[in-house]
Amino acid sequence: MSFNVVMFYVFSAIILLFSLLTITSRRILRAAVYLLFVLIATAGVYFLLEYQFMAAVQLTLYAGGIVVLIIFSILLTHHISHLFEKPELTKLLMGTGVAVVGSFLTIYTILTYPFPEIVTTTPLPATMENIGAQLLGVEKNGYALPFELISILLLAAMIGAIVIAKKDKSKNSEI
Amino acid sequence: MIEGIPIQHFLIVSTLMFFIGVAGFIMRRNLITILMAIELILNSVNINFVIFNRYLYPDQLQGHFFAILVVGIAAAEASVAIALIINIYRKLKNIDVENVNELRY
Repeated sequence: MSFNVVMFYVFSAIILLFSLLTITSRRILRAAVYLLFVLIATAGVYFLLEYQFMAAVQLTLYAGGIVVLIIFSILLTHHISHLFEKPELTKLLMGTGVAVVGSFLTIYTILTYPFPEIVTTTPLPATMENIGAQLLGVEKNGYALPFELISILLLAAMIGAIVIAKKDKSKNSEI
Repeated sequence: MIEGIPIQHFLIVSTLMFFIGVAGFIMRRNLITILMAIELILNSVNINFVIFNRYLYPDQLQGHFFAILVVGIAAAEASVAIALIINIYRKLKNIDVENVNELRY
């Protein structure tokens, strides 16, 4: 068993263990840190697949950006020592039931579907040159339109977030 | 390198991660933990895109771009959701889902 295979199973174990802890932990700050571990292990999986750019995006945007945003909002809205109540029994049963049935069905489908064993096409290396040329290209395999759309979406989300979160001038709220 | 790891193992990991996220979405009552469950779901979908790209269509980069776009949308969604959550906290002093219907006019 080579080192890559061992690393894959280590990353998978980290992902599954810490995603379970993320949704079951009763302290919210710990849940956020467990989510950070899940995202970093996912970046490790991308490194295994030799998609370095995707792994870098995962590390900077997800693990660096979104988790910090979540932790800041936790600090703004919670007491650190606050402990969640246990979830209600009906919700617990519903959640685990949906998860067990859904994952069973999906895994059954995955295991019975005949994936092609050997793909004969020559692989295109995911270098920065290829990624940049295709992401901004307008010919076949070009992704210029989604790129522009996502920039407009990010601008709209930024303006919306500022407008929503800023204080109302007419009322003096104490926070 | 990906020798020795069948595609099914990657897909099983991402499936389990997806349904753990769904279970968390149903079980939790706090808005920020629900947001974390959504991040888990989006992350498992990203793994699926990248795996299909790598194993079935290695001559293209389509799944790669979809994964990058999903990351961008997740960032936008998280920022707007957290702005809403902070606003709800200012008005209600807690952020449980049961209380959010009080915000309507």
